[in-house]
Amino acid sequence: MIEHIGYALILVGLFFDFFGCLGIIRLPDVYNRLQASAKCITLGTCGILFGLFLIKGFTATGIKALLCLLFIILTAPVSAHALARGAYRSGVKPCPETVVDEYGEDIKNIK
Amino acid sequence: MILKIILSLLWFAIWMLLSWPPTITNALAGIAVAAFVTFMTSDMFDSGANPLRKPSRYLWFVWYAAVFLWECVKANLDVAYRVIHPDLPIRPGTVKIKTALKSDIGLTFLANSITLTPGTTTVDIDKERGLIYVHRMYIKDGLAISDRLPVVDRFEKILRKVFE
Amino acid sequence: MGRRMRWLLGLLAISAAVVLIFAAPLPSMLRWQSPLLARAFLWLVMSAGLCLWRVLRGPTAPDRAVAIDMLGILIVGLCALLSIPTGRDWYIDIGIAWALQSFIGIMALSKSMEGKDFDD
Repeated sequence: MIEHIGYALILVGLFFDFFGCLGIIRLPDVYNRLQASAKCITLGTCGILFGLFLIKGFTATGIKALLCLLFIILTAPVSAHALARGAYRSGVKPCPETVVDEYGEDIKNIK
Repeated sequence: MILKIILSLLWFAIWMLLSWPPTITNALAGIAVAAFVTFMTSDMFDSGANPLRKPSRYLWFVWYAAVFLWECVKANLDVAYRVIHPDLPIRPGTVKIKTALKSDIGLTFLANSITLTPGTTTVDIDKERGLIYVHRMYIKDGLAISDRLPVVDRFEKILRKVFE
Repeated sequence: MGRRMRWLLGLLAISAAVVLIFAAPLPSMLRWQSPLLARAFLWLVMSAGLCLWRVLRGPTAPDRAVAIDMLGILIVGLCALLSIPTGRDWYIDIGIAWALQSFIGIMALSKSMEGKDFDD
């Protein structure tokens, strides 16, 4: 029974991974792409790893999968944040659909 | 000192989990490695918060994890809907939001949970003025621009109980 | 109008790829115990291919950095998937090491995009 739940979680994770990759192709600028990647890829890969833990149980593989999940969920948002900041500071303009850009104005004022 | 002991226990636990079938050799090597790592890096974690003072914050942390998981699933469904839709319904923009959190670790957790909740990503944190710049995927027409996000309010309330 | 046309074209391409993944005979390299896991593996490889297209095409450097960040996390998922049918636990070790390296690399990359040194 618990193995089937694990396989179902792996399936859900695969679908979310695919949506993240679709997002990185369809969305218009870096910041929107970053949103798609940070959310979908993190939850998708965490789903795959947790499914692996449910399938393998408390063996070496399962425990390591759990540690890897913890690590990814802590670091993926941090790297997304750093990339967004680096992109803004390096002067990448937001796409023309953008409604309001308070961060860009504030950076200009500081400089 | 008590922080150092807790950190070394944490590193020891991670070592034992990484080398899972627990044997006596692994445990001896783990004690040496945990002591060395604590000696090298303990000044990086000197946040001043004593983790043993208030036990209720662990319960609040469990509640935070549950809320976070639910919001994360909602965020993924939101992104999937926007990506599949043929017209790409996005109106992106960056807004700034005031926050009342002060400690480093609290701000880090707040930024991470903003990144993984529906339609928002943290871009930058201005610690002196207590501002968080947030990139949003869809800004509604009627909304005032510097309006607060309900998600941020909720997470801030929980995180203040956990870390401060 | 152009956007609708491109959406249809993309839908056609992706459904062709999905049919290819689920109907084509497996290559002999991928004949594991469970054919379903091999299909899942191919599905992830297709997602990684979409990412690689962004790496090739991306107009600016941050676009490519975002795509490479995604690829790193996808590879962790691939390693986790590989360790089920083969039953070898060092695949997940590769995954952990890859996640660590990718995180450090992305942090260094974003610092250098910002135009700073690595000391802060």
